[in-house]
Amino acid sequence: MPRQRRLRKIVAPPKFQGYKPYGNNDYSTGSIDLLYEEYEAIKLADYDMMKHIDAAKLMGVSRATFARIYESARQKIAKAFVETKEIIAVYGNAEFDKNWYVCNNCNSRFTIPSTINEQKCPFVSCSSDNIELINK
Amino acid sequence: MKTVITSSGKTTDSDFDKRFGRADFFCVFDNETNETSFIENIHKDSSNAAGTKAAEVMVELGVSKVISGDFGPKAKTMLEKFDIQMVIIQGDGVKINDLIKKLS
Ligand SMILES: [Zn+2]
Repeated sequence: MPRQRRLRKIVAPPKFQGYKPYGNNDYSTGSIDLLYEEYEAIKLADYDMMKHIDAAKLMGVSRATFARIYESARQKIAKAFVETKEIIAVYGNAEFDKNWYVCNNCNSRFTIPSTINEQKCPFVSCSSDNIELINK
Repeated sequence: MKTVITSSGKTTDSDFDKRFGRADFFCVFDNETNETSFIENIHKDSSNAAGTKAAEVMVELGVSKVISGDFGPKAKTMLEKFDIQMVIIQGDGVKINDLIKKLS
């Protein structure tokens, strides 16, 4: 059984449900889902100006995992800006969530009901046991 | 074991639907028989509690796992109570076929 690392949530969830571009001539060209931990990574690294290694520690994830979350967040925000897409905060009610896991292999998020004994990714093709508890 | 995948259409070529309560269809996949069926979500346009009603449908169908893009708080509570595993994927441009392959 792998060690369960906790993704500690030390900041408040985003206070918005989304951001919309305005002044653009085009009609809305779709939306981008920004995950809660992606918001958190941007906040810690670019708003609180923390070193990545410290931000990773605060979130309770490895440096490599933090880098992946942060990179994904930046790409999403850049894409939203350039392609005038809305940004939608996913897991806006994160503070109500308990016992959600993330698969570090395929990025799926899932619960594990008490009727399931194995702690692994629910996709058979993945079945990774490299999962982390997101303690929101 | 039955898994529900939220779907925008009633064939396995359809796009994954990221909404749970307001999904157009529910694709029911049985990994023991390898059969899939599609159920129209009749509650998708109800003004409130679409999520709760969808969760009730899951309980009636006896599914063990639901794959969608997000779940509202009421749906979460209900699915949790009935020990139904919730799976969230980002799934942009993902087809129902792709997800069924990952389950078998
Ligand atoms: Zn996985």
